[in-house]
Amino acid sequence: MFELDFILGHMNYWLFTVLMMIGLYNVVAKGNLIKKVVGLNLFQAAVFMFYISIGKVTGGTAPIFPTDMKIDPDVVYSNPLPHVLILTAIVVGIATTSLALALIVRIREEFDTIEEDEILEIETEMVRKENQACGDVMGGAT
Amino acid sequence: MSEQAHVARTLADHLPILVVLVPFLAAPMIVLLGSRILAWIIAFSASLTTVFIAILLLLQVHEGGVISYHIGGWAPPMGIEYRIDAANAIVLLLIAAIGTIVLPYAVRSIRHEIDQKHHTLFYTAYMLCFTGLLGMVATGDAFNVFVFLEISSLSTYVLVAMGAKADKRALSAAYNYLIMGTIGATFFVIGIGFLYAGTGTLNMADIASYISANGADRTIKTAFAFIMVGMGLKVAIFPLHQWLPNAYTYAPSAVTSFLAATATKAAIYVLLRFMFSVFQPDFLFEMNAIKGIMLPLALVAMFVASLIAVFQTDFKRMLAYSSIAQIGYILVGIALLSTTGLSGAIVHLFNHGITKAALFMAVGILVLRSGSSFYARIAGMGKIMPFTSFAIVLAGLSLIGVPGTAGFISKWILVQAAIEQGWWPIALAIVASSLLAVIYVWKVVEVLYMKQPAEGLTRKEAPLSMLVPMWIMTLATIWFGFDTDLALTAARSAADGLLNGFTMAGGH
Repeated sequence: MFELDFILGHMNYWLFTVLMMIGLYNVVAKGNLIKKVVGLNLFQAAVFMFYISIGKVTGGTAPIFPTDMKIDPDVVYSNPLPHVLILTAIVVGIATTSLALALIVRIREEFDTIEEDEILEIETEMVRKENQACGDVMGGAT
Repeated sequence: MSEQAHVARTLADHLPILVVLVPFLAAPMIVLLGSRILAWIIAFSASLTTVFIAILLLLQVHEGGVISYHIGGWAPPMGIEYRIDAANAIVLLLIAAIGTIVLPYAVRSIRHEIDQKHHTLFYTAYMLCFTGLLGMVATGDAFNVFVFLEISSLSTYVLVAMGAKADKRALSAAYNYLIMGTIGATFFVIGIGFLYAGTGTLNMADIASYISANGADRTIKTAFAFIMVGMGLKVAIFPLHQWLPNAYTYAPSAVTSFLAATATKAAIYVLLRFMFSVFQPDFLFEMNAIKGIMLPLALVAMFVASLIAVFQTDFKRMLAYSSIAQIGYILVGIALLSTTGLSGAIVHLFNHGITKAALFMAVGILVLRSGSSFYARIAGMGKIMPFTSFAIVLAGLSLIGVPGTAGFISKWILVQAAIEQGWWPIALAIVASSLLAVIYVWKVVEVLYMKQPAEGLTRKEAPLSMLVPMWIMTLATIWFGFDTDLALTAARSAADGLLNGFTMAGGH
């Protein structure tokens, strides 16, 4: 199954999978909030690559009809639909990234850090204080 | 009623798109006018209009008809199709109704919880979220679902982050939700990509007929896996629920009541649509995925999340965990793979939506009057705020599933469906985990009625603009507990529509 032809013939899938995993790994493993967003971007870019590559038709040219609409039946066109879909997905990706960065700015203002473990530490401390102040109301009274 | 050939001549023919367009156009109008008072008026009239449209749509399809709307007059599968049948008409109505009832409540609630300069933006984000959820449900095009999913998700992250004035943890909750939500949505879009690669079309009905004619190859099975995991994140299926407790706890109360009642429900609808209409449930791989993965996870969610809820000291966070458990019930109903199970799931989706909306609204009132929803802070409120507390008791009973409330009806059908299949242990599990619900609801009742209020605090009953919406929701849980016909008939024809899929739905 894993002959050279198979591997080379599915080159776009290999690239897409590797890039996607690099991105996903970054989202999960990195503690810095901005690095997570970069990972998320890589992850999404991999999906864009996947979409665009499945629109490729062997020997196909750019899907633009001549202005006089005299279409030569022998010309093969690539499938434009995945490209259009990905235009939408790119816009969504940009919106997500900018929102994430805006959130990071606000987090930096409030927590004074953008490292996940430090934020977690601050939050744990907040929960501890809350429990001291408003702790187990059920236990004490009886 | 056969599928209508689509020739749009009057306004009534455009209802399937108007239900999405009205709130969508309201959003930029609110920003452009920039006035807080006008913002509310526009948002409210827009959402009220969608309720009327949703009712009109439901009346057209509740007996099993299908409306197929072609956007711009382009016929599917090339053009984008909006497809309304009994299943999504009922979800549309739920979303529209809850979105409308939360708005009058939001006025006082956000005055307290959100900076005044952000109020117009709050209504904008709210309208966009509303649009996204309605669009996800109304559309019959697979990629369109993704677009609307992202519209609703992005505005949800903004809405959650608006809780930052009260607690800065809203920001990190929103960030985590963004990361997980985006991974989920991207998984979903990968699934759509595989589906397109495998079938060559994006129209759901077209995909369904391709799969039923040609069977599912490995590409389509991969697509199924990606779509299930991606939507599973949005639904908060048990191990994918990590974003939910913090997002619900730190979001402003009005946002939580809206999201808890609608966002996960719309995602469940999409899951149902793909599981039963797009993919055929008689395929072995899907059966295995549902019975071998979804059912056990749903059962675990019912118990683990309920247990965690029992040990919470914060009312709002307790309700968030209870939501995860209740999603477990809905998934059990789906996993039973029968008309009864599915209609149980749909009724529970509806009933849990209104019950949770009532409870989260009550939490918002408690937060307004006592500053937080910790049990220690809300102790003894039963005497000070009798109307709010009594609503909590009634909605709590519905959460448990006591006869006479909406929660009972849906759990009863779920138990019935389990017994119908001969799966006694599942029927017992539903009853047993309801006992856990008794414990966590009782804890709240005990705190409210049997504890002494903290000293030095003068509190009074909530303003009417918050009480009325909350009581509408609470009375609705009672109403649907007695008048069972309405919800049941709708759910049953929805379940029939889903199980028969696109191939049969038009053929009655």
